[in-house]
Amino acid sequence: MSEALLAVDRLSVVFKDTGLFQGNKTTVAVDDVSFELPSEPTLVTIVGESGSGKSTLARTILGLQRSASGTVRYRNRDLSGFRGADWHAFRREVQPVFQDPYATYNPFYRIDRVLKVLVRKFALASNDSDAEALIEDALRAVDLRPQDVLGRYPHQLSGGERQRVMLARVYMMKPKLIVADEPISMIDAALRALFLNILLDFRDQGISSIFITHNLATAYYLGGRIMVMCRGRMIEYGDMDQVVLNPSHPYTQLLIDSVPSHNPRHRWQEERSEYAVDASEFVFSEHACVFEARCPHAMDICHHQRPPFVTADTKAAQQSACFLYHDEYRPDQA
Amino acid sequence: MTDARPLLTIEDMRIHYDSVRGAYKVVDGVDVEVHRNEIFGLAGESGCGKSTLVEGILRLIEPPGHIHSGTALFRPFPEDPERSLDLVQLDYHEMREIRWKHLSYIPQGSMNSLNPVMRIRDQMTDVVMHHEPGGQNEINRNIAAALEMVGLPESLGALYPHELSGGMKQRVCIAMSMLLQPALVVADEPTTALDVNVQRAVLETIAHLRDQMGAAVIFVSHDLAVHAELVDRMAIMYAGVVMELGTVYEIFDNPQHPYTKRLIHSIPALGGPRERLESIPGMAPSPLAWPEGCRFHPRCPDAVPACSSATPRTIELDTGRKVTCHLFDPDIDLEQGSA
Repeated sequence: MSEALLAVDRLSVVFKDTGLFQGNKTTVAVDDVSFELPSEPTLVTIVGESGSGKSTLARTILGLQRSASGTVRYRNRDLSGFRGADWHAFRREVQPVFQDPYATYNPFYRIDRVLKVLVRKFALASNDSDAEALIEDALRAVDLRPQDVLGRYPHQLSGGERQRVMLARVYMMKPKLIVADEPISMIDAALRALFLNILLDFRDQGISSIFITHNLATAYYLGGRIMVMCRGRMIEYGDMDQVVLNPSHPYTQLLIDSVPSHNPRHRWQEERSEYAVDASEFVFSEHACVFEARCPHAMDICHHQRPPFVTADTKAAQQSACFLYHDEYRPDQA
Repeated sequence: MTDARPLLTIEDMRIHYDSVRGAYKVVDGVDVEVHRNEIFGLAGESGCGKSTLVEGILRLIEPPGHIHSGTALFRPFPEDPERSLDLVQLDYHEMREIRWKHLSYIPQGSMNSLNPVMRIRDQMTDVVMHHEPGGQNEINRNIAAALEMVGLPESLGALYPHELSGGMKQRVCIAMSMLLQPALVVADEPTTALDVNVQRAVLETIAHLRDQMGAAVIFVSHDLAVHAELVDRMAIMYAGVVMELGTVYEIFDNPQHPYTKRLIHSIPALGGPRERLESIPGMAPSPLAWPEGCRFHPRCPDAVPACSSATPRTIELDTGRKVTCHLFDPDIDLEQGSA
């Protein structure tokens, strides 16, 4: 489809670890992932436990990480063929928001500089008073009062305010796409809602977002599409409500089942720590499902063959990479 | 509750950090009781003083911080429930005897609190040897039992911390806290850095401490959903004071304090209708100069004139639930602020 804003096609990212003691080791961080963002404004949320490759995927989409195979195409142009001017244009239209609001600022400079550099680099305003108006407008758009923020140093702001200044920066650029990697994990609950609402407002103004989180309740609130990752593989993809309310892959079921209920009258009933262990405790094989060792429904085939990414539901609203949805392998069919 | 005396009674606890600009009153008059065999939750935004409060009763406050005033009466002796120790008054050696044996601590980011150059079993042995020296076989049996309780194999004792994942290290810390079967375990944000799956395993382990070992737990977390899942009673802290205190059902079913209401309505839930969440405007105040009157009034949508002039009293509603808010005080003139 030439219409897509962003098309990721069979993308893999591999890290080679030439350790002093352990010899060479390769880690497949992103493993054969394909998805598309349509041209109309969309929110796609990527969820998964730590080590599932969601941050690496985001970094690759931003062009900060080289891929081993596969392509990332932005407006039908392959990122790997980009030159200086292409990157400049790309950076203008695709904006990142990173996890740690404490590490993204240079502590020596006032907050103003983060915003002014942008105006200069991308020639957003023709004179100083326009630039100021633009900056103040952007700060108000993220619910900050310009006089509270401008002229101050990063350490004088709270984590929530810093994250919002990053959003103000994004707002000034009027990008096509925001890639936000765990942007709210380090800010307080009371301010998270504000941040999420800003993203929803941005969508209404025509900005798409890729939002990465391990918090499923947050993902659900944003709506849109959801991608579930496990060990570098995309194991479920679909419409948010469909996936969250009716998860098909056992891993998605496990994740959703582990979300605290938010209601003391509906606590977890049975214990389930048996297979709710860390991903890092298992070795993965190329010739098995990534979730095979922890899966309560694992069948024989799961241990020596990889499930292809197939349609789990008759509606394409939900897809799941699991043999349970291949009729010929289902236990009740055998 | 067969035993009317609470396990821990904290009264008017004030913990200050001195600075050239004045005292940071991080904890500023907290009254809380923890009963035997209950999981007591402390919730609030960062900077509300919840971690400092538990560090205070554990006597882990380092200069320039100090316990300004207050008492923390601890009654860990089941055979003599009247006997109490004031944790604030104990000296270094007395406190050392209490720690691990009667009162243990699972610190924030406890996965980084293990000694990286000691095997797990040796670290656990140190704890036992200090308090209840005994034969190696018996100690090993205790360690194996403690590890088993948190769902870890005994063989893990021979490993070093770097060989374990974050969730396993966290569970080792929980096993360690239970080695000597203390009456009270303080868990400070034990699941904050963990994935949902591991978080669930750790929370289930903490529930075990109470169900199987009969320990009481003070559970500190900023995540209200986790409180809903685990605790029996809870206190909502804001700006160094307790704003609301009640059972977990009271707090979630029917929050009273405007702050509690906003806090609960600011977190997204999974499933159900998707309503636009309300955030709490403004930012948390500085402990150097708390706002006059009620500390929440600059951000409170329900504030009345009294809120900016008079400090609210803590009002006890039905069933022992407490709210620190003028709106519930029958004796105050809300327009004037004078009682």
